[in-house]
Amino acid sequence: MLSVFRAAAGRVVRGDVRYYAWMVFLLALIGLAISRYVRQLDRGLITTAMRDQVSWGFYIANFTFLVGIAAAAILLVIPAYLYQFRPIREIVLFGEMVAITAVIMCALFIMVDLGQPLRVWHAWPVLGIMNFPSSLFIWDALALLGYLAINVLLVLYALWRLATGREYRLSLIFPLIVLSIPWAVSIHTITAFLYNGLPSRPFWNASILAPRFLASAFCSGPALMLIILQLIRRFSAVEVDNKALFKIAELIAYAMGVNVLLLGAEMFKEFYSGSVHMAPLEYLYFGLRGQGMLQPWIWEATAFNLIAFLIFLVPRLRERPLFLNLGAVLIVLGVYVEKGMGLVVPGFVPDTLGEIYEYWPTVSEGIIAAGIWATGALLFTLMVKFTVPIYTGQIRAERAAERGRR
Amino acid sequence: MDDTPSESGRPATVSRRAFTKGLALGLGATALPTGPAAALDWTAFFQKHFREMSEEEIRRTVERLEREARHRWRKDIRISTTRAMPGVVFGAGVDLSRCIGCRRCVYACVEENNQSRNPQVHWITVLRFRKGEKWSDLANAEKYYEPGRVPEEGFFYLPVQCQLCDNSPCVRVCPTRATWKEPDGIVVVDYNWCIGCRYCMAACPFGARRFNWAEPTIPVDEVNPDTHYLGNRPRPKGVVEKCTLCIHRVRAGRYPACVEACPVGARKFGNLLDPGSEIRYLIEHKRVFRLKEDLNTEPKFYYFFSA
Repeated sequence: MLSVFRAAAGRVVRGDVRYYAWMVFLLALIGLAISRYVRQLDRGLITTAMRDQVSWGFYIANFTFLVGIAAAAILLVIPAYLYQFRPIREIVLFGEMVAITAVIMCALFIMVDLGQPLRVWHAWPVLGIMNFPSSLFIWDALALLGYLAINVLLVLYALWRLATGREYRLSLIFPLIVLSIPWAVSIHTITAFLYNGLPSRPFWNASILAPRFLASAFCSGPALMLIILQLIRRFSAVEVDNKALFKIAELIAYAMGVNVLLLGAEMFKEFYSGSVHMAPLEYLYFGLRGQGMLQPWIWEATAFNLIAFLIFLVPRLRERPLFLNLGAVLIVLGVYVEKGMGLVVPGFVPDTLGEIYEYWPTVSEGIIAAGIWATGALLFTLMVKFTVPIYTGQIRAERAAERGRR
Repeated sequence: MDDTPSESGRPATVSRRAFTKGLALGLGATALPTGPAAALDWTAFFQKHFREMSEEEIRRTVERLEREARHRWRKDIRISTTRAMPGVVFGAGVDLSRCIGCRRCVYACVEENNQSRNPQVHWITVLRFRKGEKWSDLANAEKYYEPGRVPEEGFFYLPVQCQLCDNSPCVRVCPTRATWKEPDGIVVVDYNWCIGCRYCMAACPFGARRFNWAEPTIPVDEVNPDTHYLGNRPRPKGVVEKCTLCIHRVRAGRYPACVEACPVGARKFGNLLDPGSEIRYLIEHKRVFRLKEDLNTEPKFYYFFSA
């Protein structure tokens, strides 16, 4: 088995020109981001556009979106294992790897947002002092770590079975798979609660926040999967059944339907009752006192989500590659705005003393965020590159052939 | 004062050193405090939470911090660790009928508590409202008013700072317990334990918490050397700070700087447990209210009208 892993690791560094170009591109982005991050460490977070009024920004927005992406696995796991839907079962491994990547990127986005990153151990068990169960920050860290561990175990187990050419022993792994479902729900719920539990911020302090988180996560994660799976199919020998893609698209349609409904419920409550608590939503969608930088973005996102919902709802549309991809891209972009900047920034606008500070990330924040995305892409590419020859049985087949020749 | 140590000591060398270090040792190393000796850095890195330290550890830590402060500010800075007095819970208040919006409290606080001059950090915010307009939801508050003279005709003022919540949202959310409520009711921050996540700033309903977005700068001759560990000792960048009701003064039996500086006597202060204190008299005899009482944070900061 180990020799199979060693052979797979050897292949990670081999590839065609496009592969090397992709790697160089990602490494360049990462290098640029590191130089910007070193500057941020040196000067402080003043290099960002965050200030006392809007004290969380682009980093935390990306973090929030990525917690949603980590759901990618779960919408594959449910049909694969609970409903025995074969075509998806075969690709669930890639969903789990996306989840692993997303959680690691979440940790990176938290790290770059900390004013004192070296002190992060203060929040660790044993070494530091965890404010548990009081702080939702600690709950979220634990939930994400647990989710990471579950997915790493599932991937390692699958790779081990594949490397030795044996079928999944479901009896062994099934409890973990079942556990991963409520766990995925919990990472979104807890991340939502992190914002939700603050009465100082009426925009977040709405009971609909956690359900909205879940609904949008079940859109963005799987939508990203649709794109990634097609890329894997295109660039490797892995076969991905169209039936799996169509099923994922169908599930996204339901999730997006719920997402749009919940958004509507929130809009109705705020704008019909018209209390002062609607100010952040007003800022986001219509502008407040002449200021509203996020308006074009949120309307674009809303339009994207609605169009994608219609595409994925109609079987004849979602089963055409062009529309399938269009829908997936629209959802990823739409939810990125809605569950990113559109969720974090209006929490702070107007601030608790009524001030409007229009936040827009600096170039430095943008580059550092791009670097973390590049790190995620690099990590995922390497994982896929390592996995594919094991997954397809290519390495085992070659060895068997060699043995046969001898 | 035209020169501050952090500006004069700031040229390219620092960032270049930081950059090479980053390349050589990996990213983490760059955030290490660039103190006089490497050994010092590691002691700082492993420094424990204030409330977890023994008396002996506190003594040694204070010595080291004073040494670092002398190096950084070229001035002897005393860091006291005076504990809360038994039988004391502090409360404060502002008489809105008297406040003229002069902001002398704001600047007295800055000088007393070693707040950064650039970037500008203020622990007190004075809000201005137009008379006759709705104001208690703070939505129409004006923070950046710049009049030639105060008070201005047709306006009134509301100073806001830490509201000394008994049920503090900021304390509840802090992941590392770096901020807590002392027995005398003052909410403090351990600047050496805060990781700078700013969750407390999101949680505070009164905008009372400030983050050091850059290295604080204070002209050397303006640094107040009389400091407290949990209060006005100089802070590093990347941590949160806030009003501590001048913990170094009030625990020594003095008034907070803002109370002393107020030219019209609008600011009040006292021991809530002492039935004879001024603050108790006001609570019992005036119509008092607290900001955002619907949030149930139970502030110990009272607003009232004398007229």
